[in-house]
Amino acid sequence: MYVAVKGGEKAIDQAHSWLDETRRGDTSLPELSVAQIREQMGLAVDRVMTEGSLYDPELAALALKQASGDVIEAIFLLRAYRTTLPRFLASRPVETNKMAIRRRISAAYKDLPGGQVLGPTYDYTHRLLDFTLLANGERSTTQPAEESVEDCPRVLDFLNNEGLIESPLAKSDQKQSGNPSEPEAPADLTRQPLDYPADRDLRLQALARGDEGFLLALAYSTQRGYGRNHPFAGEIRQGEVVVEIVPEELGFPIIAGDILVTECDMINQFSGTETEAPRFTRGYGLAFGNSERKALAMALVDRALRARELGEDVVSPAQDEEFVLAHCDNLDSSGFVSHLKLPHYVDFQSELVLLRRLRKEFEERKSGGQSPQVEPTTAPDLNDEPTVNTQQRREANQV
Amino acid sequence: MTDAHAFSSSTDATPEFTDRQFWMSVLARADLSDLESYWQNLSDRPEYRHLRKPEIGMAMVRGRAGGTGSPFNLGEVTLTRCVVELDAGVQGFGYVTGRSRRHAELAALFDGLMQEDSSQHGPALIQPLHKKWLGRRDQVSRKAAATKVNFMTMVRGS
Repeated sequence: MYVAVKGGEKAIDQAHSWLDETRRGDTSLPELSVAQIREQMGLAVDRVMTEGSLYDPELAALALKQASGDVIEAIFLLRAYRTTLPRFLASRPVETNKMAIRRRISAAYKDLPGGQVLGPTYDYTHRLLDFTLLANGERSTTQPAEESVEDCPRVLDFLNNEGLIESPLAKSDQKQSGNPSEPEAPADLTRQPLDYPADRDLRLQALARGDEGFLLALAYSTQRGYGRNHPFAGEIRQGEVVVEIVPEELGFPIIAGDILVTECDMINQFSGTETEAPRFTRGYGLAFGNSERKALAMALVDRALRARELGEDVVSPAQDEEFVLAHCDNLDSSGFVSHLKLPHYVDFQSELVLLRRLRKEFEERKSGGQSPQVEPTTAPDLNDEPTVNTQQRREANQV
Repeated sequence: MTDAHAFSSSTDATPEFTDRQFWMSVLARADLSDLESYWQNLSDRPEYRHLRKPEIGMAMVRGRAGGTGSPFNLGEVTLTRCVVELDAGVQGFGYVTGRSRRHAELAALFDGLMQEDSSQHGPALIQPLHKKWLGRRDQVSRKAAATKVNFMTMVRGS
């Protein structure tokens, strides 16, 4: 428990002024513009948009500037901002099959229609610091090919056409496939609190805005044996998709713009029963911007969380939806961890009083001969009003 | 002048219907500076009033599990909308991603003007903007194609 305290306004103002100064750094150097951050720190911008759950590169860049590059603080700023905006409507589901491909790779097939398109990737770089950047050296430029990228059909469709993988409408999705013309709106955790058991739509939303580090660690844990699901990166694609909306007053779909997304289709271990032939299963990841690590981790955790539905034993953290979903949001977790910085003076004083009394009783028992009448004091009655002396109380209320 | 790539879902649309969807998409994807300069250089700028003042909000972007399965909520995108009425009574709508009120307003104005006279503004405004956008997209796609892997051991045409 923490209590409200008064005072300290002046100190807080000064601390914030110093923060502004520190954020600006050495004033003999030019100030970083939001546009520079948007253009040159693009992957940080994309992470802030993904976990901030709001696609707006300029706002994400502004948040990063304001937060001195602290990604979680920037996500907090963006999430706070989004609560000030009305939601006009929901888009039609983005058609990732029609993505304008920037990158598309498959680790399952070497030769495939459309080919392996590497795009702007850090893969295959040597991870050696590039000192030409330190000296503001020349950048290389891409020589565009004569022809644009060929059509890139979805890799998992090859398997699906042969019946070798489960249909994208998995068991848990079927409640929504009853009447395709009037589909039930997917669950929305920004409108209703998380409830367990959570269906896949709700889990995917939570994972999409979940902390990359946390999901990455959980994804890694499945690879190390804690809920192993034998994954292959069937397809990773990155590119622009259309945001198509149907405004009520128009009554027909229109395109409001395009957004960059990263998608991961994971092919996972097969399962079969006496009545069903064995087939591969799926995990899915989708994130705003160029967020490949996030999309991969999301797909692995999505698959792990389908354990219950696929009749697997839920034995590992990554398979436990309550564990994963309740802890994957970095605003929830940083909020509750950070609240420890708030005044807990009275709470702590009561602990201190209790501890002193227990120690006193312990000493008395030890020195005064073991009296069989004395109750063991390991389980104190918590309803006991601790006697806080005036001096301690005064100390407790000081800021 | 429809863009076959852009419209997947409007199978029962009438031709004018599709034309309007097309120019609205072009206006949404255009650079604000191009729209502004066309407006400023217009010799007979119409009078108009706002039926809905430019307003910033959001759209919840949905995805599908597995890319083609059941929908889920991915996250929101900023969206600005505006509705104008031209003096002739035509209503123009602007819905554009991002937070530019002026972009939404100009998109709405040009939607109205296109409904009034597409033979003037279609070739002068919409087609050049669309061409510019296609050029930009083609440039990205050709850069992507330049990063396509050619395996040495690849067996072709099996």
